[in-house]
Amino acid sequence: MSVVIKVEHLSKSYIIKHQGQSEYVALRDVIADKVKETLQNTKYLVTSKPVIKKPGKEEFWALRDVNFEVKQGERIGIIGRNGAGKSTLLKVLSRITEPTLGRISTKGRIASLLEVGTGFHPELTGRENIFLNGAILGMHRAEIKNKFDEIVTFAEIGKFLDTPVKRYSSGMYVRLAFAVAANLESEMLVVDEVLAVGDADFQRKCLGKMQDVSREEGRTVLFVSHNMAAISKLCNKGILMNNGQIIEDSSIEKVVDSYISTSFQNDIYVLKNKRSEKVIYFEKIYLSRDKLKPINTFSFSDDIYCIFELNGNLVNKETTLTFIIRDRNLSPIFSEHYILSRSEGKFIAVIPKKVLLPGKYYLQSMLHIPNVKFLDNNEEYINFSIEETGSKNAIYNTDLGFVNIPILWEVE
Amino acid sequence: MAEENSEFDLVIESGRLKKNYWNDLWRFRELFLFLAWRDILVRYKQTIIGLAWSIIRPFLTMIVFTIVFGRLAKFPSEGVPYPILVYAAMLPWQFFSTSFSDASNSLLNNSNMLTKIYFPRLIIPVSTVIVNLVDFLISFLILIGLMIWYHFVPSWNIIYLPLFLGLALITSIGTGVYVAALNVKYRDFKYIVPFVVQFGMQISPVGYSSNVIPEQYRLLYSLNPMVGVIDGFRWCILGDKSHIYLPGLLLSIGLIILLLILGIWYFRKMEKTFADII
Repeated sequence: MSVVIKVEHLSKSYIIKHQGQSEYVALRDVIADKVKETLQNTKYLVTSKPVIKKPGKEEFWALRDVNFEVKQGERIGIIGRNGAGKSTLLKVLSRITEPTLGRISTKGRIASLLEVGTGFHPELTGRENIFLNGAILGMHRAEIKNKFDEIVTFAEIGKFLDTPVKRYSSGMYVRLAFAVAANLESEMLVVDEVLAVGDADFQRKCLGKMQDVSREEGRTVLFVSHNMAAISKLCNKGILMNNGQIIEDSSIEKVVDSYISTSFQNDIYVLKNKRSEKVIYFEKIYLSRDKLKPINTFSFSDDIYCIFELNGNLVNKETTLTFIIRDRNLSPIFSEHYILSRSEGKFIAVIPKKVLLPGKYYLQSMLHIPNVKFLDNNEEYINFSIEETGSKNAIYNTDLGFVNIPILWEVE
Repeated sequence: MAEENSEFDLVIESGRLKKNYWNDLWRFRELFLFLAWRDILVRYKQTIIGLAWSIIRPFLTMIVFTIVFGRLAKFPSEGVPYPILVYAAMLPWQFFSTSFSDASNSLLNNSNMLTKIYFPRLIIPVSTVIVNLVDFLISFLILIGLMIWYHFVPSWNIIYLPLFLGLALITSIGTGVYVAALNVKYRDFKYIVPFVVQFGMQISPVGYSSNVIPEQYRLLYSLNPMVGVIDGFRWCILGDKSHIYLPGLLLSIGLIILLLILGIWYFRKMEKTFADII
């Protein structure tokens, strides 16, 4: 099999600004700085005291010396925590941003789907958006016409074809957007997190479509997702990234294993770099017994305070904070959804005492607009344990469940 | 190295995208029209005012200018009805100024596309200029109405109008892409754009004929590239009654071409950082 993507010594740096500076460069600041600099230099000439410059900027390497090869027809899953460099890698591959160093050589057309529905205009009808989106993705009109029926069938929008997409349900919207990109004639398909949106039905359908294009048409697929089940199902090779570097490049099973074994050992989550592109995000997540001190070991008779410190802006009134309590095998036990009314501050959820039985648990949290978009998908689960301090299960075997429900008995 | 690369058809490297750029621009040529078509469709779908706006605005300005410059200040009218004199200049100016301000915001308005999809970014500001071409054609109908009202017969020079429209188009594109790129880099640039537009209208011969400018300052006056364009429009529509000042026109054309080259050069230079800083 021939090599279709060859990545050599790829690096990408961003300049990040420190706090106190505005997010954007303003012309007046640039002029003011220049004037200040000139004045200081003049002062230096007069007084010959050295001028100490404050470093206002810092380099941040989103990708550092990344090397890998992809052969034709391979299905590569790219795995890693938030900020590991997965999305930057895809952006460089899709030519959205230039690498700082290194090189990528590719053979064949690449279709990228980094976000569902980019370029869609809510006022235009489904039909109009298909043509517009196709053109944005680089398709010719004739090509779109050829694929038109296929796109409409996949998206299941039949009778809504001439309705403005602003009236579509979110499910229809993402289906249509995915359909356009997936039907683009290309040798390679690059997909970032699209399965994070949409319902289970949509996810299954997209996954099926991606399997079809790779198995039957022999197309190469690069797929980023946090959904380990989906990635294991679709991909045959995996790349594990951390801090902008590849730390493992082998079969998908091995890579998923090492990701799971290294990822879930956090006692507390604190946002690392202040550079968050997200609209709304977690700054801190921890568990506590008294709302103040983070701890991870609770007694059965403790109330468990789950504390989420948020920052950013509300996207709309459906912006939701969801947390999931998972058991030691990462299977979900229960979840809670809270529609946010504010975007900043401390949000405290109380899991009442004597609900979780003694054992080891994980807390997963996310900010999202249900079925539409993930705003902050925090995959660093926080672990905690409940100690046995006299639950009524104490005398029984420990694997008889996870939750203590106050059952009412009646004997007649 | 060259041999090794030959099996690949695209190499992505820092500063390497140049070669593919013009090919890509050609491959994405339909996107120009699609984006323009989207903006026109959206504008006229949302509101009927969208259509009326491109008529009302130049029409009202024309009335004000006719009263202020023609009646109150009593500027010479070159032997044609003053409203036609004003309107013939209003057309290219309106086209230029709205193209210029729309293009300056175009990249920021489409920032989601810039960060998620690859395509030659030049398409975005240029397609906004094309949208304004449609507005231009609609406003042109008013001119025809005015001519009928005043029983004014345009001269044969009008066959040269497309040439000057082309010149207006190049001016809009050249300055538009420049300011679009600046706007991404310096976010306070958007406060400068309306000022430039307003100031530009005062120093362009919109409300008056450029023949009121003393002879010795004519060349200096023509440093404003829109002077050549507007004078050209007047010459086409009003005929030889409006004398064209040839050295000024040539200077304007030279400046317009220079602006286009500069604009595209700066845009290309900045383009690769758009996705990172927007």
